[in-house]
Amino acid sequence: MTSVTLRLDIVSAERAIFSGLAEMVLVTGQMGELGIVPGHAPLLTALKPGNIRVILPDGQKEQIFYINGGMLEIQPYIVTVLSDTAYRAEDIDEAKAIAAKEKAEALLKERNSEVDFARASSELAEAIAQIQAVRKLKERL
Amino acid sequence: MTVAKEIRTKIRSIKNTQKITRAMEMVAASKMRKAQDRMQRAKPYAKKILQVIGHLAKGHTEYSHPFLQTRDIKKAGYIIITSDRGLCGSLNTNLLKTVLKDMKDKKEQHGIELNLCLIGKKASSFFKRMGGNVLAQKDQLGDAPEINDLIGVVKVMLDAYLNQQIDALYLCSNEFINTMKQVPVIQQILPVVPDVDENLRHYWDYIYEPDNAKELLDKLLTRYIESQVYRGVIENAAAEQASRMLAMKNATDNATDLISELELAYHKARQAAITRELTEIVAGAAVV
Repeated sequence: MTSVTLRLDIVSAERAIFSGLAEMVLVTGQMGELGIVPGHAPLLTALKPGNIRVILPDGQKEQIFYINGGMLEIQPYIVTVLSDTAYRAEDIDEAKAIAAKEKAEALLKERNSEVDFARASSELAEAIAQIQAVRKLKERL
Repeated sequence: MTVAKEIRTKIRSIKNTQKITRAMEMVAASKMRKAQDRMQRAKPYAKKILQVIGHLAKGHTEYSHPFLQTRDIKKAGYIIITSDRGLCGSLNTNLLKTVLKDMKDKKEQHGIELNLCLIGKKASSFFKRMGGNVLAQKDQLGDAPEINDLIGVVKVMLDAYLNQQIDALYLCSNEFINTMKQVPVIQQILPVVPDVDENLRHYWDYIYEPDNAKELLDKLLTRYIESQVYRGVIENAAAEQASRMLAMKNATDNATDLISELELAYHKARQAAITRELTEIVAGAAVV
């Protein structure tokens, strides 16, 4: 007997985790547990870190995936889980942003005080070579 | 025999260099394959998230997110992705040249202010000399960059966009076309222009849970931009390895040519020395 199924895709930015048909999907949404069966109304929600239980059609063994949170999109017969690979929280993200900014500031400061030595020495060598070439030309004249 | 000896030393040193370039070529080839795999693996997510955003744009949502609104561009942000390491041919130079040209166009013709976000050491050292308003910087992503490493820099740029510090955001990186060809591209990532399929336009909206479209859209679009930047980074990494592989292959080939020329010179010098010695002996014997 073939049952009504929905198409489930679980993907993360770094790889595809699951793609196939399922009879029912159980996830932990931000507002609570969700059990999704085919024909569900369109819904968009954030997911909490937790398990996703996938009940496969035709009595196959169910599968369980763990995700670090993410987004869930439901179309009547298509369910998409966009899983996060990193553990996300407002303050952690903020700290990372600050680190990136500080690096940029350090870069700007470095520009003013400390000269990029390798670059400077190669420029110096170039300049000396130019001067020598000019001198040789002058000698010839 | 001094000339011959000098040439022999030179040949030996070139052979050593050739060993290094050959090893680097092989390392780059294997790293490139891994980077390409990574690119393939990242594709489904980018495709799916774009689909969801397309649905969102198509559905008549009551809330319009700032990331989806176009405004007059007075200030622009650039995320510039380069490699950390050199010895990869003209990859970074070409990219920076393209970016600089585009920046100059924007600045001079439209009077647009520019803000930068630099990923990779080559970009930092370049703009350290060039100057420019750098908002965020990140390097040492390694061979297997993770989205985790990019959250910070992307957030800085997104915050800048929300604070009206920039009105558009561009991503500059190398596109990996094939092993032989990598092309620098500049692509707009903010505001997001969703690909709306007119055939499917009908009136519906999502149920939002929690009932706050803004928060969810915020999350979704942030992740979308992050995935775009991530794609840029891994694609650039693949391009870097491909370019390095090619550069090292050329170096190895050049070394082979050089060695065969020097070997010829060495044999000639050796033969000349033997001939000279013989004539000296013969001449000496004749005198006696």
